Amino acid sequence: MDIRPILKATRLFISSKQTEGRGLRAGYQGQLQRSVGTACRHHLHRQLAARVRGSDCKQIHWCVLPFRVLLVLTSHRGIQMYESDGSVMVYWHALDAGDASLVQAAFARGIAASGHYVCVGTWSGQVLVFDIPTKGPNIVLSEELARHQTPISDIATEPAQGQDCVADTVTADDSGLLCVWRSGPKFKLLTQIPGFGVPCSSVQLWQGTIAAGYGNGQVRLYEASTGTVHVQIDAHARAICALDLAPEVGKLLSAAEDTFVHIWKLSRSPEDGYIEVEHCHGECVPDTQLCGARFCDPSGSSFAVTGYDVAEILRFSSI
Amino acid sequence: MSMRTLPLLFLNLGGEMLYILDQRLRAQNIPGDKARKDEWTEVDRKRVMNDIISTMFNQKFMDELFKPQELYSKKALRTVYDRLAHASIMRLNQASMDKLYDLMTMAFKYQVLLCPRPKDVLLVTLNHLDAIKGLIQDSPTILHQVDKTFRQLTDIYGGLSAGEFQLIRQTLLIFFQDLHIRVSIFLKDKVQNSSGRFVLPVSGPVPWGTEVPGLIRTFNNKGKEVKRTEFKHGGSYVAAPKEGSLELYGDRVLKLGTNMYSVNRPVETHMSAASKNLASQTQESIVPNPLAKEELNLLARLIGGMEIQKPSGPEPGFRLNLFTTDEEEEQAALTRPEELSYKVINIQATQDQQTNQELVRIMGEFEITDQSRQSSSKGDDWLAMMDEL
Repeated sequence: MDIRPILKATRLFISSKQTEGRGLRAGYQGQLQRSVGTACRHHLHRQLAARVRGSDCKQIHWCVLPFRVLLVLTSHRGIQMYESDGSVMVYWHALDAGDASLVQAAFARGIAASGHYVCVGTWSGQVLVFDIPTKGPNIVLSEELARHQTPISDIATEPAQGQDCVADTVTADDSGLLCVWRSGPKFKLLTQIPGFGVPCSSVQLWQGTIAAGYGNGQVRLYEASTGTVHVQIDAHARAICALDLAPEVGKLLSAAEDTFVHIWKLSRSPEDGYIEVEHCHGECVPDTQLCGARFCDPSGSSFAVTGYDVAEILRFSSI
Repeated sequence: MSMRTLPLLFLNLGGEMLYILDQRLRAQNIPGDKARKDEWTEVDRKRVMNDIISTMFNQKFMDELFKPQELYSKKALRTVYDRLAHASIMRLNQASMDKLYDLMTMAFKYQVLLCPRPKDVLLVTLNHLDAIKGLIQDSPTILHQVDKTFRQLTDIYGGLSAGEFQLIRQTLLIFFQDLHIRVSIFLKDKVQNSSGRFVLPVSGPVPWGTEVPGLIRTFNNKGKEVKRTEFKHGGSYVAAPKEGSLELYGDRVLKLGTNMYSVNRPVETHMSAASKNLASQTQESIVPNPLAKEELNLLARLIGGMEIQKPSGPEPGFRLNLFTTDEEEEQAALTRPEELSYKVINIQATQDQQTNQELVRIMGEFEITDQSRQSSSKGDDWLAMMDEL
């Protein structure tokens, strides 16, 4: 199976958490379309009739696993997993709203693939870990991580670097707490980074560096192995809605409700190996409160954004 | 989604409604001794304001409102305001009611969108409450009701976390999604552009708790700052002056939610066809859900159960026109774009009573205590009023 075209499409697939299913800009009435043919030169494959009764799709993510790609959807009712072409639903997990406090509606938010696991966050702070076989529908809920006390906002992963204690998964929640894990049959908590009273809306992981975007417009970079903060950027004047990484070049993208997108270059200092950051580019999308943003390719030469009340996906390319 | 959003939605929309009604009533004000029988006077205006505000802040109503619950559908909410606007001797035609609701929703949408922090929506609500108290200075009983609501508000929302406010904000924004009605006063003030989108300024004070963008600080392993660099953010922000107060009396700092209308700034709306995609946008489910009318639940029934003073005897029917002339009002009704029509729910009260014994029983338990209202039978009046819709 050719992974490359799918990776491209994954990059473009903006999962927006602010508005229900908005990131696709095609998700409405429970129908999904793999969209934006011009941007990534994919044909429109098929309309996915997501069988979510009554409620909207909240978030969507293509999970790239070692031998397959799954399309994972969250809604108020539960979590659905489809084959990557949308042909068949392979798994459905109903959210246990049994002990949902009356003050909070149940929902799932935060989707990421780590090795052959798919992690999905929930409103209660629990992170559900699903073990995915190389093919077929025999998906199993393998673990429920119970470290967070507030709704999960985002989950980031990167391919395991080999050694046992190296972090490959980071989970973030609405209190700003970050938990750093090593995936496996039993996920191991490596370290915790406490919040400071501000929600962490988005998190990314790259070569042992955690990038976290916060509700007060700050981006912070942490050393994943120790949890120490190394860089603090007063990046935006409103809450950050999305961070994305171009892993080939170490570029970080931050988008916020202040209408701005900023591109940063991450690196390690040659002397002491500490994380450093440099501002590359800023772009204003006038009068648009951004909801989602993604690089369109692993080299970060173009990116796309979605905004509140905006019907299009806007794509920017470097010239 | 947050289940604590309804009180904020209701109180703020209600506040905007009162601003508009107050402005229109003042604009049509005739000095008492010169007024004919069918013209508005200052006394009438105050009476209407008092009636509507005391209905809005009725204690049982507020208790229901503050229970954690999902937001009403747009139809249900619109019906609640229909009833509220008719809680007094004032009458509004469909066209005027539509315009009123358009203005209310666009104003609050604007306020939510421009709130610097998610928590600032609470300050917006307090601004509305402060202004409402200004409208009923002469009525200590109603003032007391509003103060009670104030305390309920700050008790519940004062302690919510930033994450919970972010969820509330998202819930509100989803409710207002794709609404692009152009409001004349917004267009004049350049806070809305001709496409119907609100202008988001990239200057001014940052939210309380946010730093002015532009600084990159680097730390070593021990937490000591080792480098400081600046970058060009693109906006021109300044630091926040101070935090708005949540006390009963205090400087809210934020201007959003204060009364932007005055006698000299009439309110008009342009029915915008918005974007050509409007038709394909998410509509409320077209499949008729037989339980949808139950969505217009206890809360709306409570308001529905409030008796309306029917104009009878020597009192003429007091109709308020939100347009400049009657002809304009008629014209607006005829030319309102289809996609913007509010489908107000018509309830067949008898049928509902049969299918919902429980609610009827609860309704029976509520005693609506209103001063100087007469009634034959509460049920009959309620049914009669429903049939009028």
